[in-house]
This record gives sequence, C-alpha cells and structure tokens, in this order.
Amino acid sequence: MAVKVIIPTPLRAYAGKQESVEVQAATVGEALAALTGKFAELKKHLYADDGRLRSFVNVYVNDEDIRYLQKDQTAVKAGDTISIVPSIAGGARD
Amino acid sequence: MVRRIHAHGVETYPHECCGALLGHDGEGSREVIDLLPLANRRDDSPRNRFEVTPDDVRLAEKTAREKKLELIGWYHSHPDAPARPSEYDRDHAWPWYSYIIVSVQKGEPRDTTSWRLHDDRAAYDAEEIETVGHS
Repeated sequence: MAVKVIIPTPLRAYAGKQESVEVQAATVGEALAALTGKFAELKKHLYADDGRLRSFVNVYVNDEDIRYLQKDQTAVKAGDTISIVPSIAGGARD
Repeated sequence: MVRRIHAHGVETYPHECCGALLGHDGEGSREVIDLLPLANRRDDSPRNRFEVTPDDVRLAEKTAREKKLELIGWYHSHPDAPARPSEYDRDHAWPWYSYIIVSVQKGEPRDTTSWRLHDDRAAYDAEEIETVGHS
C-alpha cells in the first residue's frame, strides 16, 4: 500500500530534491528499504555500518516515534505518513 | 550574530551550548539572520557533548517557517577545546547543514569556525564566516 515518507531538508539532495516520496510498503522497515532502493545515496546517511538506523535518525509514523511502537516492524497502512526527523548531536572530544 | 553565539557559549561554560541557525540558503553562500538558542539535552556529559532532540528540531523548523526563514544549520561550543569538528561531531553530523563551532577557553570566546559535512561523510569542508553589521 502507498505511504508517504517525509524527507528532512538535509537529505533532500539525495532524494531527487523532493520533500516527500511515496513508496509501497506494509511496515516501516519495508518503506525505508523501498526508499533507499529508490535513492541509494540516502543509505549511508540513514544507516550505520552495522545496518542499524543511526542513533540521530528518528522515524515517526503519524507523529508516533517507532521506538515506542514495533520499531521497523511497525505496520503502516495506505495514507499513513512516515517522517524522518533529525536529532542533532556532537561535542568537543572524540 | 557571532556575538550572540559567543554570549551563549560564555553563559553555559563550562558546558556546551547549542542552538539553531535560521536564515537563507543562497547560491554558494548562506546568511544567518536569526538564532534559536536551545537547551543542551546531554545532562550526562554536557562539558563535551551536546544534543538537540527531534522535538527541538521540529521547534526550530517551525520557528524558521514562522519567520519566513530556513533552518540552515546548528551552532555549538567547545569548552576548553579547539573550534574544529571532533570525530564524534563528524560521526553524528548531517549533510547540508552548516555547523558553527565556537571555542570557549577558560570562559572566554575564542575562534569561531563553520563546517559542512562531505556527501560521503568522510570529512568536513570549512566555510568562511563573514560578519555583517553589528549583530
């Protein structure tokens, strides 16, 4: 089913400059896989080397953080909106 | 604007300060028009870490929209450390955003630098900072 994925500003350059992308998926994991299948360059910014979502990449389904749902197994239905929202981190010493 | 970032870094010293850069993204240059100072959410290690939560990121985006500006980047301080991105900064950075870093040495603001992550995440490019007027 078709769900909309909202792309945050810093990643739009890797997603055809689009604010949102529609993909066919039944779970959040499938949606993100479809998104990175379509736009391969997004992958390194969303996923760490171990294949897990980077800690500062937050994913919401209709405003609910998937960490409090079923993570990438969270089911989505037609018309749902998945938002990728950055958190920002850094610091002086390595 | 740089003075306001310095003042924030001095205020929170010896902890890191952080905030959003609101402005315009132009061809080959960016203009910072306003700042949104934010709380550093890294309560466990605020002297050498900062964190802006997704809720604060959304607040910054909303604030930018209301002011008809764009959220073009972030600033933070490095207390008693150089104004260059650490490996931790690089590992946690987003592309596209400008990252301004101010070094605050013994409570005094020193160097201020701006950086942008490469597309391949391997390194940063330094951005030249030009101050305009008395902001």
